Amino acid sequence: MPKLLEVKNLKTQFFTQDGVVHAVNGISYYVNAGETVAIVGESGSGKSVGVMSLIRLIPQPPGKIVDGEVMFDGQDLLKLSEDELRDIRGNRIAMIFQDPMTSLNPVLTIGRQITEALELHLNMNKDQARKRAVQLLEMVGIPGADSRLDDYPHQFSGGMRQRVMIAMGLSCDPQLLIADEPTTALDVTIQAQIVDLTRRLQDELGMAIIWITHDLGVVAGMADRVIVMYSGFIVEEGNVNDLYGKPRHPYTLGLLRSIPRLDLGRQKRLIPIDGLPPDLLEPPTHCPFAPRCSFVQDKCWQENPPLVEVTPGHKAACWVDISNVQVQVSAKEEAAS
Amino acid sequence: MTATAEPLAVAKIPREGKEESQFQIVLRRFMRHKLAVAGVVVIVVMFIGALLAPYIAPFPRDAVDIAVATRPGPPGTMSSAGEMHPLGVDHLGRDLFTRLLYGARVSLSIAFIVVVVSELFGVVLGAAAGFMGGWFDTFISRLVEFLLSIPTLPILLITASILIKTDAQLPLPAFVTGFVSWMLAAPPQEANKVIVLMAILILLGWTGAARLMRGMALTLRNQDFVEALRAVGASNTRIMFRHIIPNGIAPILVNASLGLAGIVIAEATLSFLGVGVQEPTPSWGNMLSTAQSYMFQHPWLPLVPGIPLCLVTIAFNFIGDGMRDALDPRLKR
Repeated sequence: MPKLLEVKNLKTQFFTQDGVVHAVNGISYYVNAGETVAIVGESGSGKSVGVMSLIRLIPQPPGKIVDGEVMFDGQDLLKLSEDELRDIRGNRIAMIFQDPMTSLNPVLTIGRQITEALELHLNMNKDQARKRAVQLLEMVGIPGADSRLDDYPHQFSGGMRQRVMIAMGLSCDPQLLIADEPTTALDVTIQAQIVDLTRRLQDELGMAIIWITHDLGVVAGMADRVIVMYSGFIVEEGNVNDLYGKPRHPYTLGLLRSIPRLDLGRQKRLIPIDGLPPDLLEPPTHCPFAPRCSFVQDKCWQENPPLVEVTPGHKAACWVDISNVQVQVSAKEEAAS
Repeated sequence: MTATAEPLAVAKIPREGKEESQFQIVLRRFMRHKLAVAGVVVIVVMFIGALLAPYIAPFPRDAVDIAVATRPGPPGTMSSAGEMHPLGVDHLGRDLFTRLLYGARVSLSIAFIVVVVSELFGVVLGAAAGFMGGWFDTFISRLVEFLLSIPTLPILLITASILIKTDAQLPLPAFVTGFVSWMLAAPPQEANKVIVLMAILILLGWTGAARLMRGMALTLRNQDFVEALRAVGASNTRIMFRHIIPNGIAPILVNASLGLAGIVIAEATLSFLGVGVQEPTPSWGNMLSTAQSYMFQHPWLPLVPGIPLCLVTIAFNFIGDGMRDALDPRLKR
């Protein structure tokens, strides 16, 4: 499959009064056309900043993309002028945001906001744009689309607004849709609806998706490949089955163990990851996960492990081979803890 | 009870009645404010009077009737041709009612033009300053602070007296002069002088709107929807004019209606002090000014322009209050 997007050694930093925040520390990954890649990680792991940097949406200053290349369809997005980039934003790369309650302008009707991208990129006139907007709203499953175009955002529920956001994102048939925690602000049943909707739309329209989340459950249902980020580094990358079945990084293992599971007994306790993520102001020279890791060795304190391929298509950044550790907690281990 | 639950057809639930539009809600809330409605009535009456001045005025604007009086005459004075002067005549025998109507036209026109132009200026500059930040914001903010720190009246007096007494002309296209002269119902030479006065008031008057809009833009630019708009590929100009400014327009409307009262007063003050609208163009301010010399012998003279001046100012203030209440999103009723 051709690579639609290839990110090479992307580094983003924020120059604040307290010092330089190393938000993204040289990440490289790719997204194939039509594929879904999930980026997971806890708050502050650099996942959002990482994708915002792709289309240069981070506030500059204080943010700055220090190094790297973002090849999209043969162009380096980081080298484009602001005007050229504007043609790509919303047109070929669209974005959905976390909080649908605040991502819509409260004083304009939904219709005017959906038609924004259409007028900008496809040079549609009012009538055409409105027709397309109705079509889009029907596509994302909003009943009575025609009359709802004249409603204001406050007249929609959270889930409906996220549908509107998705409709806006899809309005120009993007090749890549970046979804930045699109389900985080929604309750669980609505989350499932939004995930289903996105999958269905992907089948219909064939765009690639980068899905950022901290919910591994959501990822399992929809991603082809998963990238795990920690402290601005990619610590593990692989297809869903490999990563969930045989995690090769202790952090991934920790994440998987901390999700409640229906197939295990009620008595099983969840195992949280102790400690806090490191301060991004002073990135450690050792493995950033070492202070919280239960497999830590001397070498972990000396050098930050590089991301290496452990099995074909599965990369991890860890000195220790944890491939024989089970995701499910064995009785012995639980007794020990 | 049967246990079979009918599946809920969400799409078919009728939406109850016709929902009120945003405008209807605001209008309904405004109508509750009795004094504001009274204010609107007063302004509308004055407006109609001013607009129809050339048609309903009983005498020509500058018709001097020496035969009647070389001193002001009380209401009901008869002209030499046997017609009645409803509000009397001034010291040149000019009909006061006629001049009051034309004066309304001048005073209200100045107020509206000045407020519209200065709010526009202020809104655009303020939004740009708040939204773009950086050196432009610093420049605009310092300029606003500078203008606000100068006492208004002295600076108005100085600039107005220099510009008006020296017959300064602004390089404006003919249609502007034409439009203003129509607004004032006065010949273009007179309109030119008034344009200079308006320019001064505009230069000092845009600061309030700029401050308001800057504050609003500062909070709005960090909202998620602005980021979402960037992600859609909207340019800064587009975000500013289509999204930031409409979001902050409600307080600007309130500011404008209060500003109208302020400008009416400012124009009257300047004209009263002799540096505003110049004779023979009538304005409420310079009518007061001429009335002043005769007011102890003829006490009704200052009341003729004074009462409408008072009414208009109070009316604009009440309208501003009403708008503030009606547009406040926190009051949801």
